Amino acid sequence: MSTSNTRDALDLAGVDEQRIGMTFEINGTRHQFELEPWTTLLDLLRERAGLTGTRKGCDHGQCGACTALVNGQRINTCLALAAVYDGSTITTIEGLARAVKNGQESDDALHPMQQAFIDHDAFQCGYCTPGQICSAVGMLAEGHVDTRDDIRELMSGNLCRCGAYVNIVNAIAEVAQLNAAPTSERAAGDRKDGGAE
Amino acid sequence: MNRFSYARATDVEQAIAHHRGSGAAAFLAGGTNLVDLIKENVARPTLLVDITRLPLKDIQTTPPGGVKIGALVTNSAVAYHEQIAQRYPLLAKAILAGASAQIRNVATVGGNLLQRTRCHYFYDTGTPCNKREPGSGCPALEGVNRIHAILGTSEQCIAVHPSDMCVALAALDAVVHLAGESGTRVLPFANFHRLAGDTPQIDTNLEAGEIITAVELPPAGFADHHAYVKVRDRASYAFALVSVALGLRLEDEKIREVNCALGGVAHKPWRDVEAEAWLRGQALTRDAVRGFADMLVREAHGRRGNAFKIELTTRAVVRAFEMATQRRFTEEA
Repeated sequence: MSTSNTRDALDLAGVDEQRIGMTFEINGTRHQFELEPWTTLLDLLRERAGLTGTRKGCDHGQCGACTALVNGQRINTCLALAAVYDGSTITTIEGLARAVKNGQESDDALHPMQQAFIDHDAFQCGYCTPGQICSAVGMLAEGHVDTRDDIRELMSGNLCRCGAYVNIVNAIAEVAQLNAAPTSERAAGDRKDGGAE
Repeated sequence: MNRFSYARATDVEQAIAHHRGSGAAAFLAGGTNLVDLIKENVARPTLLVDITRLPLKDIQTTPPGGVKIGALVTNSAVAYHEQIAQRYPLLAKAILAGASAQIRNVATVGGNLLQRTRCHYFYDTGTPCNKREPGSGCPALEGVNRIHAILGTSEQCIAVHPSDMCVALAALDAVVHLAGESGTRVLPFANFHRLAGDTPQIDTNLEAGEIITAVELPPAGFADHHAYVKVRDRASYAFALVSVALGLRLEDEKIREVNCALGGVAHKPWRDVEAEAWLRGQALTRDAVRGFADMLVREAHGRRGNAFKIELTTRAVVRAFEMATQRRFTEEA
């Protein structure tokens, strides 16, 4: 690899011309694109598919705001090159309710996780919320949540700069059918009752 | 993001051929580190060879009774695999101590071995870095070096390997399977990564265009007496300041086998076969355990920001022995 910092020193002849054909099923609808190889799944969703619910936070895989479900698994779409995922089925926050209703369109329906976030006031500014909700849905599908401590550990890839973590855990615990502690509980107390639920 | 071309391979031979055709090609698997490095202008490949469709996604039992894990098996799939979780819980725990669930769902076994250091200066292209730009210097030596190495360092580079999984693989005496233009070969895990020395830009003993096809675990998984201790600045989703992967075989209150690897302290997962040989055969006592912990750091070199890691390492090692044996080796408070 070149040791120079400048693009001029790189052998990039022909690189800018390449376009890759790719097909996705996004929230139940088939989409086709011809895109540059460096397009991330996050940019595809937001700028090509018009689905801006999936957020660009850090763009480096550290905050989780870009979390969506790809082939049923939660991933950071900011670190995913779209070409690699050609042929995948994607569910974003816009399609979650539809996914849970087996494809039935319904304008006013919410996924239970969305409803729980509202009921538990599990956000303040809301920027991280689509990623939090998609991550939580993906996490419960993975099947490794037995306690509230498990929720905290397995949601650690989603940062909330407003600090709504206590209510986020409560919302997820309700959907996971763990006995939700009062929303006023403190994080410290939250940690001690890990195995007892 | 920097521009690059893209080629998709469907088998190992095709991947190697694609790679050979370009001067600055890189294999792309999970991409959780490489895509980020490209965004940061630290990695500058002109061709990405997408290997995610290669048939390297199986976990199989080997004839001697070990397990062979395909290079493209994701971290999540390894950690939650029934046989891995039961027979090699040290590996499962180390994996689950690393990264986030989203990243573990994508990151692969092979990619984990090849992830680059998280040294601040390596990532900051506005600063010199001997690993990124050989010969440019190392600001970490006298700079912000809280996360840096205390063992096996060089005057060129004090970066640490960031992996948790690799620390467990080092302790388990894993073997790395490789394929390249001149055929296949295997490397013992201890010979896979390199110390920085005078060539800090070279992390591993992979040859140009070589690809990791699998990681193989020997039959001994140390399921009865093992521990993975990870000390970090927050409870989850942070790289290790110090980590310890420990596997023990005990017999009649004696330590028959001890495999101990350290993370967060060196340019590669750190094994000390001399210290392990010293401990082997000794009775499981406080003196033996603490003596072993002290021996591991006998040649440690701390700097302004990271000298605390020396004591932290010994304490983490003692803690690992306590967890692996359900005994106490620390003084009562």
